[in-house]
Amino acid sequence: MSRIKTVFASLRQQRKKALIPFITAGDPDQTMTVPLMHELVKAGADIIELGVPFSDPMADGPTIQRSSERALKHHVGLKDVLVMVAEFRKSDPITPVVLMGYANPVESMGQEIFAAKAKESGVDGVLTVDYPPEECGEWVKHLKHHGLDAIFLLSPTTPQSRIERVAQMAQGYVYYVSLKGVTGSSHLDLNEVADKLSMLRSHISIPIGVGFGIRDGEMAKAVAELADAVVVGSRIIEEIEISSKSQLMENVIRLVSGLRTAIDDVVVKH
Amino acid sequence: MKVYDLPDKRGHFGPYGGIFVAETLIAALEELRKQYEHYRDDSAFQAEFAYELKHYVGRPSPIYHAKRWSTILGGAQILLKREDLNHTGAHKINNTIGQGLLAKRMGKKRVIAETGAGQHGVASATVAARYGMECVVYMGSEDVKRQASNVYRMKLLGATVVPVESGSRTLKDALNEAMRDWVTNVENTFYIIGTVAGPHPYPMMVRDFQAIIGREAKVQMQEEYGRQPDALIACVGGGSNAIGLFYPYIDDAGVRMIGVEAAGHGIESGRHAATLMTGRSGVLHGNRTYLIQDDDGQIIETHSISAGLDYPGVGPEHAWLKDNNRAEYVGITDSEALDAFHALCRYEGIMPALESSHALAYAAKLAPTLSKDQLLLVNLSGRGDKDMATVTQASGLTL
Repeated sequence: MSRIKTVFASLRQQRKKALIPFITAGDPDQTMTVPLMHELVKAGADIIELGVPFSDPMADGPTIQRSSERALKHHVGLKDVLVMVAEFRKSDPITPVVLMGYANPVESMGQEIFAAKAKESGVDGVLTVDYPPEECGEWVKHLKHHGLDAIFLLSPTTPQSRIERVAQMAQGYVYYVSLKGVTGSSHLDLNEVADKLSMLRSHISIPIGVGFGIRDGEMAKAVAELADAVVVGSRIIEEIEISSKSQLMENVIRLVSGLRTAIDDVVVKH
Repeated sequence: MKVYDLPDKRGHFGPYGGIFVAETLIAALEELRKQYEHYRDDSAFQAEFAYELKHYVGRPSPIYHAKRWSTILGGAQILLKREDLNHTGAHKINNTIGQGLLAKRMGKKRVIAETGAGQHGVASATVAARYGMECVVYMGSEDVKRQASNVYRMKLLGATVVPVESGSRTLKDALNEAMRDWVTNVENTFYIIGTVAGPHPYPMMVRDFQAIIGREAKVQMQEEYGRQPDALIACVGGGSNAIGLFYPYIDDAGVRMIGVEAAGHGIESGRHAATLMTGRSGVLHGNRTYLIQDDDGQIIETHSISAGLDYPGVGPEHAWLKDNNRAEYVGITDSEALDAFHALCRYEGIMPALESSHALAYAAKLAPTLSKDQLLLVNLSGRGDKDMATVTQASGLTL
């Protein structure tokens, strides 16, 4: 069983929801990423989404754009990200790591070579923002061949026919982006999320994570009432951005622990 | 012979093109594709488009024989397709009229655009004023500095110009930011892309609107010269003026097609925007195409004296034309383009845009190698008034 499946199965037994923090690899610099990943796990992360820096992050808001720019200043590319995951795996064989990024660094390395290297480094799943299902038949084949989960996005505007298509290809979990716009936007409409999720569940059997616009414990809890997993990105990146290097770990841990407590407040029915 | 019929249903030109965007944009692109496919065959839409091009843009644009310059160069005859005479001074308006009419029919009250040199921004602001729509133009802050007069023109036309501070602060970053706006305001907003790049249906749609250039040229050449040109020459940044001229000629194997890229300080200097000459395949801005990128797949900052060519990607149809050897792609440096700029001013009394000066410069290289009865048709895609500041600076002068 894949690490992602194992985590969701174990959470179900404990009647808990998953917390998935997102950080950009190499932000604020390359030495901080692996220690930060370990601290995220201690603070209660169930899965880590690790952003691969890209020069043109079209689907991201200003916060994640800036984190990508900070990482690129240190020339952190896809190869370095794989090295970081391998380093993380040396002392954490359990926590799943999902790479999240854009198509071009993968295209540049070669889809098949990437899939093989990612598996070898201990990556569990890959979400490539600008590979929609129509364009990634080969891509998903390579991921599956190497035992990696292909994670897909679903949005409020995804029609039913595409949801069915994604349901056939997706593995691990699907990531429902709860609002229109780019990452880091606000104004999450919980009623809309609730309606959409119940519709999604009639097509999708794997867990559904919800992200975009989750800024505090209260919101995280509200989303955890509805979804299987809560994804928090921009809020964590903000904390990294405003913290001095000596305070950074402590501040991020405080934030993520707070989210964990809030999510664990949810009573999960079977 | 098989008739050229690309792209396929999902926007592919062989391995290039397609739709490579986040899920959040898929529904909007699908809606746009359906609407465009409908109006593409709608006679009332096409009639209105034709009317606007004639009465508002001033088409057809003439073909002018640059006799003095041709004589001085001492070889083939250089003919200019005068897109510089269009309303707003460049070919960009052909496309913004088309997309503006489509936006109007789709009931969108707000249009957005990205711009490099500012020509597409001006053309978008113009149609927004013409059709009574709100207009927001994204422009890299570097380009805002380089093209101050076009920024003011857009403001006069009622548009809001948003300087983009991310990345290299040029055209590619303006495109990123426009995409982010679109994904956030997709219900009331139409995104007018200015070149033959971006996700399907944009490369096809922009090409179709710009193809008026080549269709007119075919008729004019037959009428005035009794034959088609030996070669077509056009500058290529994203590639819209070149595709506009080339497309109706793709099946005419006897007509050479030459795209001229910006070689900046020289290909070997690394400071250029010659994507097809030096790049390799990748995915950016919603399509698969040639890109200027480093070993990690990060997009590299490009350089050209002309802001309109300063783009690290290129339209996917050009990528296909290159791979299939139907079009040739060559480079012209900043200084060669400047020389051609001055030559056309002095010998023909026409001030070309720096973008178009790249095409002119290649024509000036090629013409002397050919006989006097050969015809080179150069797309003079825009006029050069907007480039005054750049040219004075390059000449070491201040006004």
